Amino acid sequence: MEQIYDFIYNLLPYFGAWLRGLLQGWGFPEWAVALTIGLIKAFLLANFGLIGFAILTYVERKIVARFQDRLGPNLAGPYGILQPVADGIKLLTKEDTMPVGADRWVYNLAPLIIATCALAPLVVIPFGPGAIGADLNIGVLYALAVGAGALVGVLMAGWGSNNKYALLGAFRAVAQLISYEIPSVLSVVVVVMVAGTMSTVGIVLAQDIPYLFVLPLAALVFLMSGVAEVGRTPFDLLEAESEIVAGFHIEYSGMKFALVFLGEFVHALVVSALFAVLFLGGWRGPWLPPYLWTLIKMSLGIFLFFWLRATLPRIRIDQMLNLNWKFLTPLMILNLIGVALVDKGLRAAGATTGLWAVGMFAFNMAMLIGALALPGYLGHRARMAAMAPASEEEGEALEAAAAH
Amino acid sequence: MTLIQAVFALLAILTLGAGLLTVLSRHLFHAVLYLILSLVGVAGLFVLLEAEFLAGVQVLIYIGAISILIIFAVMLTRGMARNPGPPLNNQSLAAAVIAGLFFVLLAPVIAGFPWPQTTQGVPADAIEALGRSLVDPNQFALPFELASVMILAALIGAIFIAREKR
Repeated sequence: MEQIYDFIYNLLPYFGAWLRGLLQGWGFPEWAVALTIGLIKAFLLANFGLIGFAILTYVERKIVARFQDRLGPNLAGPYGILQPVADGIKLLTKEDTMPVGADRWVYNLAPLIIATCALAPLVVIPFGPGAIGADLNIGVLYALAVGAGALVGVLMAGWGSNNKYALLGAFRAVAQLISYEIPSVLSVVVVVMVAGTMSTVGIVLAQDIPYLFVLPLAALVFLMSGVAEVGRTPFDLLEAESEIVAGFHIEYSGMKFALVFLGEFVHALVVSALFAVLFLGGWRGPWLPPYLWTLIKMSLGIFLFFWLRATLPRIRIDQMLNLNWKFLTPLMILNLIGVALVDKGLRAAGATTGLWAVGMFAFNMAMLIGALALPGYLGHRARMAAMAPASEEEGEALEAAAAH
Repeated sequence: MTLIQAVFALLAILTLGAGLLTVLSRHLFHAVLYLILSLVGVAGLFVLLEAEFLAGVQVLIYIGAISILIIFAVMLTRGMARNPGPPLNNQSLAAAVIAGLFFVLLAPVIAGFPWPQTTQGVPADAIEALGRSLVDPNQFALPFELASVMILAALIGAIFIAREKR
């Protein structure tokens, strides 16, 4: 029983060790063994992204349909489960169009860059102890940096399409992504500071208590800016159908459209995986094998994205920018300083792990409540101030009307 | 030629070639894209030198932020989308002469400089050492703080200029 559990627990590392021994037994040189194993890892990770994409399109439609009291896809296969396959065949057989006056190379390369940059961060996501593409010591920074490469792809798509809607969408997309990268990076910095490492494995190992309960404010801000970076509702104004048709990918059809779409869904997958790693304790959890825990925690984030999409309306562009620059960014800078002070203070006072976690949680919650109360109070005061003279004028107008 | 040297040669060709195309391309937007490719090559060189942190920062800041700003500036330039002119103007000869002279001046200095060499690899705690050296008063605390103050000043200046006049 113990052995079976151990086997399931360490399935992928055992497989890797077996493969390494097998290849060395065949007399492969060391670099060839490393190359083969690297290629197999890359193949597995890329397919995790692609299959995840296929499943997510189905699950999203089903969940949103459920929210809206509809059935969703239900004709292809039992419960419509073959819908992604049908969609894939449809996209493959569609005509591959290119707009007149498009910038050929730029137009054709953009979907590739978007899809690659979305898939690349999967390398540093740990799925279990020893089951990771590469445990870089800059893991989190790598994920953020590669994700930033997608910006270039979005701009190339918007520019190369020779379409005003596409260009407007690209502008909106870049303004949003570049803005929300700042609170996102700052919340990651808080985690890195508390964990004392940038390696994703190191961060998971540092979480004896999941950081969701130690740094709830950073977790919330990371999730919010994650939704914005993925460009999902309520932050989907970069591809708002009713305003700019489809944003930067309006001119893409067939497989190129599928690649852009893939980039979007895999990005959502990566953000929720990073959320699981940074704040939910990654693969760690009782009873169940680590792979299952990783998947459960990832699906939590994904489900939250779908839930938000089914519930919230789209926000305006000025609201989007105000929320980021006037609220989230200052809040995260203050939170970074505050967490550093409280963390050092508690550790210097010799607090136990439990006491430390309680102290950090209390500090973060106090900060969160304060941060929500202050703009609420200021907004209320501003509204009252704006209403008072208006009602006076109205009253005068009424009096004037009565005098006539 | 070892594998490392081959990779280095490839990255060097990528960096320099893309840099050349940046200067020579007719279209301003293409020039920026080639600049990004060149920066990717530099990030690759950092990876080859096992300076992973620098590579990550290079991609995050230069490709993720600065080149995007350049693209915005290019797109806001009037009439850049239509009729891109030739990349050379009538001062090209003078520029070539000055650049050549500058190269003649610089090349012996670079070639004769005693570059520090080390046979040992990058230590495992390089990032930690970097972080500590940035806040150590005996090392780089002062330059680090000066750079922060300068960036802050630039930030405040930018906000002041962009602010609505009341």
